[in-house]
Amino acid sequence: MANPMKAKHQRMTLVILALVAIVAAGLIAAWALRSQANYFYLPEQMTEAPPAVGQAVRLGGMVQAGSIETQPDGITVKFVVTGNEESTIPVRYSGILPDLFVEGSGVVAEGSLGADGVFQATNLLAKHDENYVPRELEGLEGHDGNDVYAETVAGLD
Amino acid sequence: MIAELGLAALWLSTALAVLQMISGALGLRSGAGAQFAIYARPAAVVQAFLAVLAFFLLLYAFAVTDLSIKLVATNSHSAKPFIYKLTGTWGNHEGSMLLWVGVLALSGGLLAGLERRLPEKTMSATLAVQGFVALGFYSFLLLSSNPFERLPVPAIEGGGLNPLLQDIGLAIHPPTLYVGYVGLSVAFSLAMGALITREVNPNFAKVLRPWVLGAWVFLTFGITAGSYWAYYELGWGGWWFWDPVENASLMPWLAATALLHSVSVLAARDALRTWTIMLGVLAFSMSMLGTFLVRSGVLTSVHAFAVDPERGSFILALLGLYIGGALVIFAMRAGSISEGKRFTATSREGALVFNNVMLSAILAIVLLGTLYPLLTEAFDVRVSVGPPYFNPAGAIFAIPMFLVMAIGPLLRWKDDKPARIQFELAALAAVVIAVIALVAILGDYSVLAVLGLALSIALAIAALLPLRGRNIRRVPVATWGMICAHFGVAVALFGMASESAFTSEKLAAVAPGDSVEVAGWNIEMASVDPVAGPNWTAIEARILAARGDEEPTVLGPQSRNFWSPPQPTSESALITRWDGQLYVVIGDQAGVDANGNNRWQLRVWWKPFVTFIWYGGLLVAFGGILSIAGRVRVDLKRRNAVAMGKVRREDMDALAEGDAIDGANGSSGGSQDGPIPEPAE
Repeated sequence: MANPMKAKHQRMTLVILALVAIVAAGLIAAWALRSQANYFYLPEQMTEAPPAVGQAVRLGGMVQAGSIETQPDGITVKFVVTGNEESTIPVRYSGILPDLFVEGSGVVAEGSLGADGVFQATNLLAKHDENYVPRELEGLEGHDGNDVYAETVAGLD
Repeated sequence: MIAELGLAALWLSTALAVLQMISGALGLRSGAGAQFAIYARPAAVVQAFLAVLAFFLLLYAFAVTDLSIKLVATNSHSAKPFIYKLTGTWGNHEGSMLLWVGVLALSGGLLAGLERRLPEKTMSATLAVQGFVALGFYSFLLLSSNPFERLPVPAIEGGGLNPLLQDIGLAIHPPTLYVGYVGLSVAFSLAMGALITREVNPNFAKVLRPWVLGAWVFLTFGITAGSYWAYYELGWGGWWFWDPVENASLMPWLAATALLHSVSVLAARDALRTWTIMLGVLAFSMSMLGTFLVRSGVLTSVHAFAVDPERGSFILALLGLYIGGALVIFAMRAGSISEGKRFTATSREGALVFNNVMLSAILAIVLLGTLYPLLTEAFDVRVSVGPPYFNPAGAIFAIPMFLVMAIGPLLRWKDDKPARIQFELAALAAVVIAVIALVAILGDYSVLAVLGLALSIALAIAALLPLRGRNIRRVPVATWGMICAHFGVAVALFGMASESAFTSEKLAAVAPGDSVEVAGWNIEMASVDPVAGPNWTAIEARILAARGDEEPTVLGPQSRNFWSPPQPTSESALITRWDGQLYVVIGDQAGVDANGNNRWQLRVWWKPFVTFIWYGGLLVAFGGILSIAGRVRVDLKRRNAVAMGKVRREDMDALAEGDAIDGANGSSGGSQDGPIPEPAE
């Protein structure tokens, strides 16, 4: 190793080394990202092809009106998430609800499907502010953050 | 009047950028055109003054809440605290882009005004490129996001600023990040200038280094500040979310880190010439990509103030133009850059190259993970990429990088035998194994957290090893900078690993008078009361927190409701101790307890050593500052010595004219005071 290489060879070696590492990074990323494609579920997808019990996934949809119920311990809530179709998934979550978590609004729940068919959420991502909608929820009905924004600045143009 | 003055200043700056570009380009020609090159420097300096003036005029408009300006009316409110009126200037798209170009022009002006070491032609080319870059962003500002647009009828009241942004964090985080982003534009222009005029050599590297270091210090500080801000403001207890916008600031940082190490090799050893130029292009590309991701609205996030496809395509076009142009010049010139000095794999250069490649690989992982959801969206597939991707994929390259980072500074330049440092290697390996074994016995923690703990302790020791056997007083300031920055990385890594391994969390519904226990802390809820601020109302809990038998500390976490724009936020309350932080958030009302008292949700975390993450970040930034200071000092000394040598030579020459016999002594006196060689770090 310690023998000084020929000048041209050294530059080639460096270029090849760098290329190998970057290509390896690309391949690892591509492989890891492919498995991420199974990371996000809509309710209809989760009923059709449920993920393995305990596998960390995200569930996104609308909180069904009238479905939020707080359990007696005061910190666990149960609610139902619906998608564009009729399918519904019950969700259980223990924790402080996001500020803008309300019925009829969008939510992304991080967690895993339990053996009892209830989705155990460890984290809820709701609308972050009036203008922010989680990326995955755009296009689902009821997402009109920009309307609220438009009202706020109405009459300014 | 203010708005019109500001707009005029911006248009004038644009005209000066054109002048700077043309005059710089003419400077490259030999012959009649070359005399126009003298306008490039003054154009850059005056332009800096005007662009900064435009920014201050907008700042003034926000300070007095001039509601006849559309931007102020949309984003400010007369009842907002004064400090947030000021910071609100860059809490929106147009204002933040004006800050961007203001900093761009300022750094261009500084470069033009202060830098005298480069050959004039290289300087001309650099200023021409800088003018070209500035021109693109002026057009973007003036054509698609004019901050000084008037309303036909002044608004009665403003729309207000997003409450999450109403925090002192907004005063620090965006400006520092922008200075970092934009400082890299100077590195880009210098790299292009050197490439065009074939001046890629150690002299050029020494000019480039302070700009890269400076930009990197600001980026480091900006990211650290942003992380802490998100941590205490969002109320989720997390310090890094792999949010696309966070990644947008991390990517230029990774590229700049690689660049600054590569520049050091070029300056000290005249190796890695093409690689340094390539990284210069890459670093600025990442800055522009970051700006594109944040400003175009392709990402929806708290950072994206407005969604506007026109702006997105404009920045994308600029990105394509600059990066495409740079790559074309690179392809044309790369063959003419001769190979630098050689080195073996087991040398300090070898270690630096390895880590450069690892940093680039991590950059690729982050870049692909950030862009992948955008790509799949084109095929109407929604994907979210989160920590399950970034953490393991990044670690594959980060772990070898940390290992080599521990050893690299112990190796000699050019060529070294691993056997020479076998004692150090064995000691570091022993530390890693001992810590892994110890933590594995203590409990069941995630693999990455355990590895992180072990590596951080080994790194902290390794960072100090270069001092072994040296006279502490004679260690150069720049070397202290390296030691401090590397030690800072170890400290930050320790904080991250410790936080993810040892955090304890408690969630409960408590009524006033109840208490909860978490990790040796006793937290009692004394009362819950309504409170009001200048533009919000809130409920505030009075909480008594005590560890062991100590005197309880009073905390007041709040759940706030802002009324313009209407939005609720959680204000966390923190107790900082040397060994960690207690983090308390209050949530909604949670029914009544058995005695009919109202209960409230309370979430408490004890995060051991979490503060080390940000202390580490500050140490890294401080290391960068030390390094700049050390380089500047050496440089000034050398310049002084050269100037004194010149004076002495002139004196000698003058003497020699009087007395021809002394001529020989004069020349030898001059050569003694020649340039001081660069200390090899």
